[in-house]
Amino acid sequence: MKKFLGFCVVVGGAFCASLLAQDAKKEIQRYRQMVAEGSPVELFEIEGQTLWNKPQGPKNVSLEQCDLGLGPGVVKGAYARLPRYFKDADRVMDLETRLLHCMMTLQGRTREEATRRVFGNADRPSEMESLSAYIAAQSRGVRMSPGTTHPKEKQAYELGRALYFHRAGTWDFSCASCHGEEGKRIRMQDLPVLYKPEHARPVVSTWPAYRVSTSQFITLQWRMNNCYQQMRMPEPDFGSDTTVALILFLTATGKGEPYRGPGNKR
Amino acid sequence: MKRIFLIAVLVAPPALADPTPQDVQKLMQRDFHARGQAGMDRVVQDGLQRLCTESRDNPPAGAAKAIEADQMKTIVFPEGSLMGNWKRGESIAQNGRGLQWTDKPGDAAGGSCYNCHQLSPREASFGTLGPSLRQFGKLRGNGQEIQRYVYGKIYNAKAYNLCSQMPRLGYSGTLTEEQIKDLVALLLDPDSPVNQ
Repeated sequence: MKKFLGFCVVVGGAFCASLLAQDAKKEIQRYRQMVAEGSPVELFEIEGQTLWNKPQGPKNVSLEQCDLGLGPGVVKGAYARLPRYFKDADRVMDLETRLLHCMMTLQGRTREEATRRVFGNADRPSEMESLSAYIAAQSRGVRMSPGTTHPKEKQAYELGRALYFHRAGTWDFSCASCHGEEGKRIRMQDLPVLYKPEHARPVVSTWPAYRVSTSQFITLQWRMNNCYQQMRMPEPDFGSDTTVALILFLTATGKGEPYRGPGNKR
Repeated sequence: MKRIFLIAVLVAPPALADPTPQDVQKLMQRDFHARGQAGMDRVVQDGLQRLCTESRDNPPAGAAKAIEADQMKTIVFPEGSLMGNWKRGESIAQNGRGLQWTDKPGDAAGGSCYNCHQLSPREASFGTLGPSLRQFGKLRGNGQEIQRYVYGKIYNAKAYNLCSQMPRLGYSGTLTEEQIKDLVALLLDPDSPVNQ
């Protein structure tokens, strides 16, 4: 590298600048690859599978008979079809909302108990996060195709879009305040414009994900929650129609790409 | 034209009505809960937020002018010089905390300026949602008029551009009069790194 720089001093000019830029790009690619190879995502998947099979709650049963949309106990490809309308609950649900539903109906747990700690930390991930990692991983290679045809799915999509542009709170923000224009960033963080399919696709096909900077596994319910926190708004209820509508709007906008998560984030 | 419009309305299939901002607000009032200092009053839109939501940030010119004038009246300009201390201003610009449910109530908030703007050349990690403010004072001087503009813009950005994405940092109670003066100095003081 030193020799190369010396060569650059002698030759100079745009040629070297472009080589150096390519070099930096390669370095970033190499870093991304290292992060992916050393990713602990698999550990979360294994822990999730253990929890899926573990009898819990007053009824002391596992989640193995939970119907994620493709029938009781079918996990293969189920995540790629979410969020979707569920007749038994008569509402649209995303993965986490459906898992909560199964904890309450199959295992007999209360909402209060099952949602007491939905977001974990670096030392101790939450049950919901590990389960999300396990279920999402069973859709690798399957095209993302959330529900978009049932009237309640259409309604949720429209609500999600309206929420995206809805300005409120102490700082007058909507989602579009930050995710509204191409090529913008907060500090060094690039901001995807999530109502554009080409921006939404890589997001939808890699969430939930492991976040390197905080050593945490993060889910889409967490993402909605944390955005509203930064927007200076009060807290959205876990699994509420509002959060599910936003997740459906995002997923439907970015549908069509094979799932390749759980991913790795900065 | 009116007739054509009427026919179009009659012929169009009954589509799902888009949720209005009122509908969305009602749902948020049901689906959100107060936490820490983030109370449920924050979910209630004011007239400006409502108009900007309805118009996707492109309000009709007449209405925009009228509300901008109302917003201008909210700005409380202190007596005398509006220039504080640029060094304190720099740390306020760096600080992105305040008013979140995770922040301790009563703790001084920051201005989150670097989240969206380039300021000092020493800070490489800056956002680009707002315009670069590099050399802001060098290009504009630091007279009474520009001091007043900068103070007012930080206090209530919506008085100058109704649907601006910049928070109303004074009006919302995020920053104090002293803090805004320090930010004015960060932008306008010839010794500030912003103007190097």
